[in-house]
Amino acid sequence: MTKMTFARAINSGLRKSLENDPKVILMGEDIGALGGVFRVTDGLQKDFGKHRVVDTPLAESGIMGTAVGLAYRGYRPVVEIQFDGFIYPAFDQIVSQVAKMHYRTQGAVKMPITIRVPFGGGIGSPEHHSESPEAYFTHTSGLRVVSVSNPQDAFTMIQQAIASDDPVLYFEPKRRYHDKGEVDETLDLSAALSMEKARVVTEGTDVTLVAYGPLVKTAKDAALAAADEGVSIEVIDLRSLAPLDFATLEDSVRKTGRLVITHEASQTGGIGAEVAASITERCFYHLEAAPVRVTGFDVPYPYSKLEMHHLPGLDRILDGVDRALGRPNSLSGLEG
Amino acid sequence: MFTDDAGKGGISAGGPGNSAGSNRRTGGDLVQLITPGGERVSHPEFDPWVQDVSDEQLGALYEDMVVIRRIDAEATALQRQGELALWPPLLGQEASQIGSARALRDDDFVFPSYRDNGVAYCRGVNPEDIVKAWRGNALAGWDPYTVNIATQQIIIGAQTLHATGYAMGIQNDGADSVAVAYFGDGATSEGDVNEALVFAASFQSPVVFFCQNNHWAISEPVRLQSHIQIADRAAGFGIPSMRVDGNDVLAVMAATRIAIDRARHGGGPTFIESVTYRMGPHTTADDPTRYRDANELEDWAAKDPISRLKSLLDRKGLLTEELETAVAAKADAVAKALRAGTINMPEPQPMDIFKHVYSTPHSPLDRQQDHYSRYLASFGDPAEAASEEGAR
Repeated sequence: MTKMTFARAINSGLRKSLENDPKVILMGEDIGALGGVFRVTDGLQKDFGKHRVVDTPLAESGIMGTAVGLAYRGYRPVVEIQFDGFIYPAFDQIVSQVAKMHYRTQGAVKMPITIRVPFGGGIGSPEHHSESPEAYFTHTSGLRVVSVSNPQDAFTMIQQAIASDDPVLYFEPKRRYHDKGEVDETLDLSAALSMEKARVVTEGTDVTLVAYGPLVKTAKDAALAAADEGVSIEVIDLRSLAPLDFATLEDSVRKTGRLVITHEASQTGGIGAEVAASITERCFYHLEAAPVRVTGFDVPYPYSKLEMHHLPGLDRILDGVDRALGRPNSLSGLEG
Repeated sequence: MFTDDAGKGGISAGGPGNSAGSNRRTGGDLVQLITPGGERVSHPEFDPWVQDVSDEQLGALYEDMVVIRRIDAEATALQRQGELALWPPLLGQEASQIGSARALRDDDFVFPSYRDNGVAYCRGVNPEDIVKAWRGNALAGWDPYTVNIATQQIIIGAQTLHATGYAMGIQNDGADSVAVAYFGDGATSEGDVNEALVFAASFQSPVVFFCQNNHWAISEPVRLQSHIQIADRAAGFGIPSMRVDGNDVLAVMAATRIAIDRARHGGGPTFIESVTYRMGPHTTADDPTRYRDANELEDWAAKDPISRLKSLLDRKGLLTEELETAVAAKADAVAKALRAGTINMPEPQPMDIFKHVYSTPHSPLDRQQDHYSRYLASFGDPAEAASEEGAR
């Protein structure tokens, strides 16, 4: 076990993949000499060369489209999108090409592309630097979408994503990059929990609280705070956003009977909507209350001095938990 | 390897045999080796590149062009008869497609658009596999790796980036094959094409950009896409270009060979504008009489690529009855096989809809598949259920 930052854990995972498979190529803007604007690829170009850690021209569709061509040639490109809000120029290549190629060619052409996206807010950035675009991609068939919440998963899941023969969107919570945690760098990938599995990170009996990425830490803190009031929250880290691990969610909701989902992304059509709808379909008779979503508002990402109002924090999450439990809450008297 | 200093090291630029080195020209006059009347005219720079084309090979190019025109006509007929849902005719572009495709080596890799079906034919794609997607029996009709041509791209210009990325892979592999991107004049307005040119130039990747300027992007004339000659745009990217008569199979072949040779020997990308004309509609659903003048079509008919080569063969005394009979028989046979293959194509099965979305299991999708399978089974006969479902 080594204590390291989230960013360093991803770096270590990338290094392992580069070492283990000569077909792995990293591509992106400023990922070489600079080591990426968040230093996630620090030192990798120096150690593996400019042909494996490639500084690309400043064109996201170009990066994604050439990654498709490299995958066609048998490579495993790992693409860095510098910031969440910069992914949209690459949207067409991701949705129309990366996601559909395997289906289009009846399995003949694989697209083992990993798309790394630093995402989410909370760092006081200007516009386009704090977004949570994951639902665009979970809605797109052919893609796998994961989000990591701690250094160990970051280390393990980046390698699992790269090893996957399907394209994977890998969402990195940028406000947690400097958080430290223990990482076992000797962990055998085949022994590690599958990238597609959710994990119960705090066991509880009264409410299931579902989070992913940056809000897992907030959710765990909320569970601790609630315990002081005698409320037992079970926190689930989704890890995989597409596909969702419904088995783990169902087990928890059948036990607690109450469901709260939280994410930074806007509410409408988000991951929370999918979790709420599917769990309602699958566990209707186990639910004691309507599922509750605690999310970013349906607004464009606001200016940074207001972002803490937009981002679900501990208190807003606990207010949602109170709603699920039928305890006094900010909307008391409005329901029904 | 491809790096941003590839020009300085990496693959050697302009090694032995790279006689294209002197040919880093840009745009310029339309290169022509065969006049519309079928006269072979000399061109000091391009002649050496087709010097080896024998009489027999000239006959083979003629056969290719006649055969793909026949495939194209048969496919249009099949569409009119309801056997295909749609078809994008290539009528008029035969020289551009055959001349370029026959300049490639088997291990070169092509990224075509949906209209490049003559290129697909040259790569060895079975004609009935070419129409498979247009019948609605698949999204794409062939395995790219068996014929070294990607499946047809419908998103305009997207494949130019794929070709460039593939070429970057060739560089990393240390191989000497070449990637070729086929696209049209309309595509040159797309961001992807411009980004592909930037990437290819920066990494000096072995890719040929083959632009068939057929003058029309559905109803939009080429002047709406480009204020200057398309080939001249390449200079802005630092990419050498050529502008050739796209209805002249020899000029197209010479230009493609120059570009391929340059790419193969570390000289980086080349842009070819092959000036041709889409004599038919954009697709069988289009009506060009709404937007273009009949006189224009007449002008281009006089420059027809097949009659041009036919006249050249005639002038050289090569247009024998034997050749004509053999070519006609081949075209008839290919068309007949295409028709039979289309009409007898096996129908896709309902549950095929779920196949190959992912390469490994995906539990929510597996659940949907299971539920639909149960739904179909609830009708008793699955085939009957599927047809009822489709009828609603």
